[in-house]
Amino acid sequence: MTFKVVHYINQFYAGIGGEEKADHRPEVREGMVGPGMAFQRAFGKEAEIASTVICGDTYFNENLATATSEIIAMIEKYSPDVVICGPAFNAGRYGVACGAVAEAVSDRLGVPVVSGMYPENPGVDMYRKYAYIIETANSAVGMRKAVKPMAKLALRLARSEKIGSPKEEGYIPMGIRKNMFTDERGSKRAVKMLVKKLKGEEYITEYPMPVFDRVSPSAAIKDITKAKIAIVSSGGPVPKGNPDHIESSSASKYGRYSLQDIDDLNSENSETAHGGYDPVYANNDLDRVIPVDVLKEMEKAGDIGSLHEYWYSTVGNGTSVANSKKYAAEIAEDLHAHGVNAVILTST
Amino acid sequence: MRLEVGSILIKDVQFGSKTEVNDGVLFVNKDELASIAGDDEHIASVEIYLAKPGEQTRIIPVKDVIEPRVKVSGDGGVFPGFISKVDMVGEGQTHVLKGAAVVTTGKIVGFQEGVIDMSGLGAEYTPFSKTMNVVVKVEPIEGLHQHEHESVVRLAGFRAAEYLGKAGQNIEPDSVDVFETKPLLEQVKEYPDLPKIAYVYMLQTQGLLHNTYVYGVDAKEIIPTLIYPTEVMDGAVVSGNCVSACDKNPTYVHQNNPIIHDLYERHGKNFNFIGCVITNENVTLSDKERSSDMTAKLVEFLGADGVIISEEGFGNPDADLVMNCSKIEKRGIKTVLITDEYAGRDGASQSLADSTEHGDAVISAGNANEIIKLPPMKTVIGYPEVAGTIAGGFAGSLGDDGSIIAEIQVITGATNELGFGYLTARGS
Repeated sequence: MTFKVVHYINQFYAGIGGEEKADHRPEVREGMVGPGMAFQRAFGKEAEIASTVICGDTYFNENLATATSEIIAMIEKYSPDVVICGPAFNAGRYGVACGAVAEAVSDRLGVPVVSGMYPENPGVDMYRKYAYIIETANSAVGMRKAVKPMAKLALRLARSEKIGSPKEEGYIPMGIRKNMFTDERGSKRAVKMLVKKLKGEEYITEYPMPVFDRVSPSAAIKDITKAKIAIVSSGGPVPKGNPDHIESSSASKYGRYSLQDIDDLNSENSETAHGGYDPVYANNDLDRVIPVDVLKEMEKAGDIGSLHEYWYSTVGNGTSVANSKKYAAEIAEDLHAHGVNAVILTST
Repeated sequence: MRLEVGSILIKDVQFGSKTEVNDGVLFVNKDELASIAGDDEHIASVEIYLAKPGEQTRIIPVKDVIEPRVKVSGDGGVFPGFISKVDMVGEGQTHVLKGAAVVTTGKIVGFQEGVIDMSGLGAEYTPFSKTMNVVVKVEPIEGLHQHEHESVVRLAGFRAAEYLGKAGQNIEPDSVDVFETKPLLEQVKEYPDLPKIAYVYMLQTQGLLHNTYVYGVDAKEIIPTLIYPTEVMDGAVVSGNCVSACDKNPTYVHQNNPIIHDLYERHGKNFNFIGCVITNENVTLSDKERSSDMTAKLVEFLGADGVIISEEGFGNPDADLVMNCSKIEKRGIKTVLITDEYAGRDGASQSLADSTEHGDAVISAGNANEIIKLPPMKTVIGYPEVAGTIAGGFAGSLGDDGSIIAEIQVITGATNELGFGYLTARGS
């Protein structure tokens, strides 16, 4: 059988024009165009480029959502076994377009995608988890060298073969951790790794340590008696009954809850959703997790300007850093919109 | 210290009129076991079930798993400080009913209790789908606080394991393994040319239902100390915690600590296994600093060239793991770490809550956030409705047909950080 491939390229590689034609709207052409010829040669008879989708880089980047939908509709018609985007080398906007198309193809159509980019192309960082991105040179001079591994990987994906590690296959690590079973239990692997490390032999760590971003603290509040204070917590404080069903671990959401009619948290009006600690003391008096009672008193006494009318809550237990960042960004936006000056963050 | 561990292979478990081992079959007098396990004024009822490999049986929520053992010679008895007097253990001879296990269940204590499936996909993730399980379902009296409830069930499990273990007292074991660690200076002399290896054994002690006990002492209260590896095999270290099921160490895994076993296996060949440091995972920074300082000091004091460091739990204890690693490496001693990962359901997030450039040799026990669908089972021992509440479950986890969709976090032992299992994760 012959596998079907759809190829995505920009206006430049389609021969339509350079920057002056970058507003070219999405179009689809039957068969191969431009670099598609080299891919077709590499495929031989095993796969065929059924169509080529072309879009100007400026148009794509300025109309991300609509351009993506138009392009997906075009690709979907051909029911491809695999989609190739680019290669984009170090062209930033082209790389982003290739990545965004890859994300939509893998998410909406469930079809694997192969692309090619220079490692510093911004498209790599933004979209590497959605496509097998072969590392290329930084310009089209590297076309021939890029096509061969891209075509090879595309054929293997079309055949539904098991894809090896980034090192083995030559793609840029996607940063996705996948579970698998091994032949030797973990303790035995640890002993073997230690023996190698002691001998100065080569070993490969199973988890390269993460690199953290650092947040520098904001300047101190000058006059706390004028400041609007908010409470944000990863200790799981929620109104009684946990109305949003925030999970006890690996929270998939956060909640925003009103403090308007509350001066004091107690076992009647609140509880914790957190599954990482004995909840007895938190459930008896949730002020132990978020100090609502004290802040309300301070607000009345004029010690602080005001207490923001909502508290924000999620469960930190087992919740991924990526999700935490997402919730934090949304919460920060809401705090900003409400003119909050300072936040008390509590964990457990 | 020298311990002979005699394994009596248990091929089957059945109820019978007398508790005994006969030709590899463990017969259990149900009523006697229930009355011994339930011998506590805080217990309202005890029920006993059997769950065997391959059966369509689910146990939920699982609190602890314990291996039946008995001291045949040498000082003390199993679970010193709880079941037996506090005499030091780890010498002489111990018999093990290998292949049998006590599993405790009952009304949920907290959130962090687990699932064991005896067949189907979930069975591949838990070591306890391969054991002949005597399930002890304990219901406490009304009005107990959670920490009291936990303690009541924990002790009931130990009583049950001790009772069953005694059935192996006078049985000829199928095999005997000898484990020996000598006093330090002698041990060093035994293999003077081999590199010296120690084991840093981190115990879950975050408190509030996250506790581990050493000879009956809450390990939160200890300063890191030395222990002979064989002491652990007699139950000197026991679980008292409700941390997520996938990466807490059930008492069974302490008794069978795989790092200790695999270090002994190559002891005298590739290295000289000189001893074990136990330390804790307390929540305050000053506790963390003190414990990691003491741990690094003890490892240096032993003269170790390298260590394996194992974690228990995740998140907050990642900081202890990282501090132990960097402080030991800074003394010129090489480390290998064992941890599991919380990389998010899509595997795209960073996996640890803390990091060190010294952590260049890490064994991963898998991503606990990965989603799994567990098929419905014919028999459910316990309370399936807690599937949505336990750590790793979510609203809607329990399907109408009895299937469960949840993170593998819910499965007892799925990502064990003593390296007891075969699961791992790799980057793509």
